[in-house]
Formats: sequence, C-alpha cells, structure tokens
Amino acid sequence: MGRIASDRWGWLFLALLAGTAVLYSCRTGQGGAGFEDAARAVYVPPGEYDEFYAFLSGGFSGQVTVYGLPSGRLFKVIPVFSQHPENGWGYSEETKPMLQTSWGFVPWDDAHHPQLSQTDGVTDGRWLFINANNTPRVARIDLRTFETEEILEIPNSAGNHASPFITENTEYLVASTRFSVPVPQRDMPISQYKGNFQGTISFIRANEPGKMRIAFQILVPGYNYDLANAGRKESAGWAFLTSYNTEEAHTLLEVNASQRDKDFVAAVHWKRAEECVAQGAGREVAAEYRHNHLGPDRAGHSELLTSVRILEPKDCSEMIFFLPTPKSPHGLDVDPSGEYIVAGGKLASVIPVHSFSKMLQAIRNKDFEGEVDGIPVLRYEAVLAGEVQNPGLGPLHTEFDGRGYAYTSMFISSEIVKWQLGTWQVVDRVPAYYSIGHLMIPGGDSAQPWGKYVVALNKITKDRYLPTGPELVQSAQLYDISGDKMRLLLDFPTLGEPHYAQAIPAEILRRQQAQIYPLEQNSHPHATKGEGQARVVREGNVVRVYMTAIRTHFAPDNIEGIRVGDTVYFHVTNLEQDWDVPHGFAVMGAQNAELLVMPGETRTLKWVPLREGVYPFYCTDFCSALHQEMQGYVRVSPKGADVPLSYSTGR
Amino acid sequence: MVPVSIWRLRGVGRLMGLAWVVWALGGCGGESNRAVVAGGEAAQGTPGALTEEQIRNGIGPISRVEPGEIDPARVKRGEEIFALKCAACHRLDERYIGPPLREVTARRTPEFIMNMLLNSWEMTQRHPTVKEMLAEYFTPMPNQDLTEEDARAVLDYLRQARAEGGGGA
Repeated sequence: MGRIASDRWGWLFLALLAGTAVLYSCRTGQGGAGFEDAARAVYVPPGEYDEFYAFLSGGFSGQVTVYGLPSGRLFKVIPVFSQHPENGWGYSEETKPMLQTSWGFVPWDDAHHPQLSQTDGVTDGRWLFINANNTPRVARIDLRTFETEEILEIPNSAGNHASPFITENTEYLVASTRFSVPVPQRDMPISQYKGNFQGTISFIRANEPGKMRIAFQILVPGYNYDLANAGRKESAGWAFLTSYNTEEAHTLLEVNASQRDKDFVAAVHWKRAEECVAQGAGREVAAEYRHNHLGPDRAGHSELLTSVRILEPKDCSEMIFFLPTPKSPHGLDVDPSGEYIVAGGKLASVIPVHSFSKMLQAIRNKDFEGEVDGIPVLRYEAVLAGEVQNPGLGPLHTEFDGRGYAYTSMFISSEIVKWQLGTWQVVDRVPAYYSIGHLMIPGGDSAQPWGKYVVALNKITKDRYLPTGPELVQSAQLYDISGDKMRLLLDFPTLGEPHYAQAIPAEILRRQQAQIYPLEQNSHPHATKGEGQARVVREGNVVRVYMTAIRTHFAPDNIEGIRVGDTVYFHVTNLEQDWDVPHGFAVMGAQNAELLVMPGETRTLKWVPLREGVYPFYCTDFCSALHQEMQGYVRVSPKGADVPLSYSTGR
Repeated sequence: MVPVSIWRLRGVGRLMGLAWVVWALGGCGGESNRAVVAGGEAAQGTPGALTEEQIRNGIGPISRVEPGEIDPARVKRGEEIFALKCAACHRLDERYIGPPLREVTARRTPEFIMNMLLNSWEMTQRHPTVKEMLAEYFTPMPNQDLTEEDARAVLDYLRQARAEGGGGA
C-alpha cells in the first residue's frame, strides 16, 4: 500500500494545485454567473422533466448511465458488458448468452464511447451503440426499452478503442484497434513488433437490428488507432481516424511513441472500399468470434461466426490516405458541415484542422510526401485548413455548437477552449475541475447540434466532493454555452469513469418508451401464459418450475419433491400488463443474483439446492400493499428421497 | 416480442397514458388543473361525486353497450384472455384473490364490467362499490392492457358462463 507518483504526475498535480489556487476565487462566483442564476438554470421542479436525455459511458464499470440534463439526475444504469446483479443481467439464463465471447463467458469490460444512431447525420433516437475495449465488442441498446439487445465481437482487434463511430445514416459503425497485434494471432517475439504487428479498421453493418455483421476489415500498419469520426454531407462516404505510435514502439511508449513531430490521421473512403468488396477484392479469413442478440422470445442467443473479409490497401486503390498530424493526436472530430477535420494533438502546441475539400484536391493532384505500406501520405500543408494557436495544454476532443464555434477539451491545462471555425481564433476559455477528458454537446458530433450546453467529463475530482476514502468519484460538469461566454452551472458525480457521452432532446425518446411487453406476444419457450398453466416438470435431474407472478402472489407457491442433486430452473413469467410493475424473484441458497421480470416477460433463475430443508422465495421489488405477502416455499429432500413432486397455490 | 409504448395503446390505456403525460407535463403552478387532468375527461368535480349513471355503469370509456346475442367467437376469444390475464386472481365459482365471476353479469351492468376491465385504477380510486370491494378483498385489480374489443369478448365469455350455470362450487 502506498502512494505512487511518477515525476510526470507530480508536475501535473503541482500544476493542478496552482491552477486550483488561482481558480478558487472563481468558485464562489462561478465565472460571474452567481449561484442563484446557476441554480435556476439547472433546477427541474418536482414532477417536471429534463430537457435532454444524456448517455454517459461507464468506463471500467462496463455499463451506460442515463442522466437528465440540465438537472444531472441519474435515471438508470443500463447493463451492457458487465454483469448486473441488480436486475440479473448476465445471471439469468436469458442474459448469460449476451456475455458470451470467443473466450467463453466474460463478466466485465471497459466501455468508452456511446454513439447514437443517425439519419441524414442527425441523431434519431433509435439505438445507442457502445464499445467494449478489452474484449473487443460493440453493443446495440434499443432506446424504446433501454436494454442491450445485441453484442458483436470483433476479431483481429485488441483494445477496441476507436469505436464505435457511426456513419451518417447508420450504415456502419467504424471500430479500430488501439493495440496493434499479430494478425492473425500467433506466438512470436514481442521485439519483432515492427513490420509484423498490424492494426485493423472494422466496418460493421449496424442498421438492421439482430443482424450486426462485420462487412470488412482493413489491414493497416502497426500503429495505435485512437479515435474516429465519420464524415457527413460532402464527406459522407469517408471516415477519419487518429493514429499515434507511428514509431511502432512496443515498450515504454510514453517516451518511445513520442519521438515524431507528426503522426497520422487516416482518411478511409468507405464508399470506395464497398465498391472493391462488391467486386470481390480482399480475402475471406478464418476467425472465430461471437454474435449475441435477444431474439423475439426476449432470450439471448449466441452464435459463433467463423470468418471475416479482410481488405489490404493494395487490394483497393484510393481507399485510404494518411494526413500528417501533430503530435500523438487523440480525438478526431468532424464539424457539422463535414468540411473540417479537427485532431486533438495531445502533445501538440496547436490544434490542427484539416480541410476535406483540400484533401480531395491534394488526392487529385497526387500531392504526396511519401507512402507507407501502400498508403499515400498527403502533404500536411496541402490538406491543412488552419491551426488554432496557443489553445492551451493537451488538446483532446472537440465538439461543435452549430453556430460556427468549436469547443476543445484541454486535459493538462484542465479547461474548455472555445474557438471559431474559419478564423481559428480562441474566443473564450473556462476551467474544468479537473482534468477533463471528453466533452459533449447534445448532437455536437453530428450534422445538427443542440448547442445549449456542453458537458465536461472529468477524470479527477480531488476536492470537489466530500471525500470517500482513497477512491474518489469521477464527475461531469454542465456549462451553459448559449451566450458568448461559457458559464459553469453544475457538477454532478458519475458512475464509473465517464469517457464519451451522447445526449438527445428528451421529447424524441420520451414518446417511444415501452411500458410493457404484451403477454400474448411472449414467445419464450418456457413462458407460462396464464396461472392455469403454472406447473412443475421433472426431466431427470432437471426440474423446471413454470411460475407466474402477479400482484400479489406466485403460482405455484408451495413446491415439494425437489432433491439435493437436482438443478432447478425457475421460469418466472410476470402476468402484469401495467406500466412500472416489475416483479422480483429470489430464492434462499441460490448462488446467483435475483431476477427482475418486466410486465409480460419471462426470466429464468438457475438454482442448485445444496442442502435439504424448506427454503423461502419472495418478490424483491416492492409491488403492492401486499408485497410482503408475495412469497412461497420450496421443500428440498435428500438425494434419493421418495417425496413425490407436487405443487400448489392457495391450498 | 414488440414492446408497447403509450402511442400504441388503444382505448382507455392510451387515454390514461396521454392523460398521465399531460398531467406529468402540467408542471408546477397548476395544482387545481392537475387533479382534473389526472382523472381523465370523466373526472369533474371532487372525487366521489359521481353521477347516477357513473354509479350504475362505472367510470371509463364505455357509456353504452348493446349486449345482443352472445357471440361464440367472442366467447372463445374472451376465454383465452380470461385464462391469460384474469385467472391469476379470479375463478368462476369460488372466491380466490378476487370475487367469483360466474354471476357477475347479474350483479353489474355490461358497461360497469367493461369499465372495470378497462379502467380499473380509476374505478378503484373513485367508485364506492369498488372501494368497498377493495376493503373486502385487499388487492386492487391491476390494469391488464385490454382493448375495448378484448373487454367486450371477456363480457361475452362471462355472459356465456352464467348461461351455462354453476359448476357446483
């Protein structure tokens, strides 16, 4: 135990402390807004609604959290890549298949970048996608149910960080590998990284629910691919990615990957890649990966896929180009018009902005300064629109307000910098507490920003909240950007580490919210459609309990004839057809979580009774005045006992 | 399995859903309006002050039903709905969670029965007969998301059950 701080972090903290001291006086005044004004701006009176839904990545929690803006109130944790005992996600038999991978069942991941589906470049409220970084996957969440419905694993990837970034009509999710690795994986010396390790850029078909597929993967040099954004309008057929470690270092990257003045933005013409694939370019390569989705029966189904199409730059001319970009660029953001491509060079002293039209011109003129593995490298000056001078320290990410201004997060100087597109002049700056990573304007990465607020997603809170031992909460901060000057309104804590976020006007989602699952459409193979069909069935050592739940009883609620050595499946169907009436189910002695069963759906808890006795089960979600009466007993007899199987309710 | 949203609900489900949204959107400062909107169009005046017709026929979307001949197709559909959505609490000939229902068409008007099926929440809150029943049976009848046609089918099933006579319990 102890505190470890490298010299670098030491300096950082000193800088932060100095900044804090300077800024302390601002805290009472909140940049001139005054607490009363700020409080009024974020106050949502009891019973009234927020203006926006915000979806924050849970980072190392593996989940997505749903907040209201401007209030900063937490509404829901949507379990995605991590088990969630609170509602049985990853514990119930229906949801276990959703966490299957080519490595078997994986209970956790690190989720960074939520991405709303788009139509014509505008967020449309159908789905939210998010990446798993560690075991490369992307997930689709249905925004009528706020439930993860589909997860696709990505082969030939490691550290699925530049992911998932969406094209303007949700044709593709673009997902790239942060860590280059041997492709395909093989046993080889790490020291032979250079020239042998490779990266992949995956284009995932995303616009048909239940049918997410990798259309093709582009094999690229062994750099680290960091973040991405797809083009829009004029640049709609393109995707842009940052890369760093063009040095191809495999050790001590903080030094060895920071040697060059410029790395690359990769510009991928995916429309061109589509043409090449349609003409049969590339090759089908063996690869094992899983596709999981909730079927019409609302149960998870996992299928093993066995090949993927790989394209190399040589297979498809004019498909990919490199744009030199200073220095170890991190964020990559395209403005609402599709013309400007902004890269956040985290070690750079300027924010470089590339021009899409100049890029096309340079490609036409073959204005190249070289070539890497068959990929033309365009001349920096030929593609540059402008540089924002002296923006601050450590530019990372940029969002847009739709009124001609860009907002860039500065990690090291811990601030948001507002600058003007075209003039490249900084017009305002405001501190973030502390160490801002991503920032988010609702729609600020799309063709149509709702430029009223910007949310800072911070890595460090230090003194902002009551301390909670060594681990402190991470936080978000809300700023009003409707005027000339940015104005801090609110701090609110987050669950896990928020990386990126998305937000959408509440009106778009509120109307489409599901209230129930219709019982008559329940096609679960173990559904109990009416209390008259409640029963217990023995199949060898497997016992299936077909159970119903309604306010305020289970049927059956007395079960006998279970024996030690049996495996019992409680298939619980919630017969309610009313909004906001889930029933819970827990049984004593289960080495498992609970179930939360939504109205009209069936969920299954596996129970392996270990000891003879009589064990209660009960409803865990307060459902009515007689909730405390919603219980039952199951009798467990010794192995080989001759107690007959029986079940009843009310007798 | 397709989830249902407010906009896909029909009949009173939708009305109540919309009323709820309107109510929820009503905001502060409108406390007196809020009570009216929350109860739907029928909720005028103070709770409990029901019209004679409401006492007789219940509170809800059904003001007039011509029962006519018992329709066998409706009986069949009504029996299916009853097994799926009602039998968890009701038997025909014995008290279970709620009252036995074989003779319910003798006790209540067709309109009352359909309003109870379609608007159980408000009926339980406001109708004196239903409030008395709640005191006796404890568990309020939940909304089971029936359409008007579903409720009509259940009505015919219950009429047929009465016509067939008791099972002896």
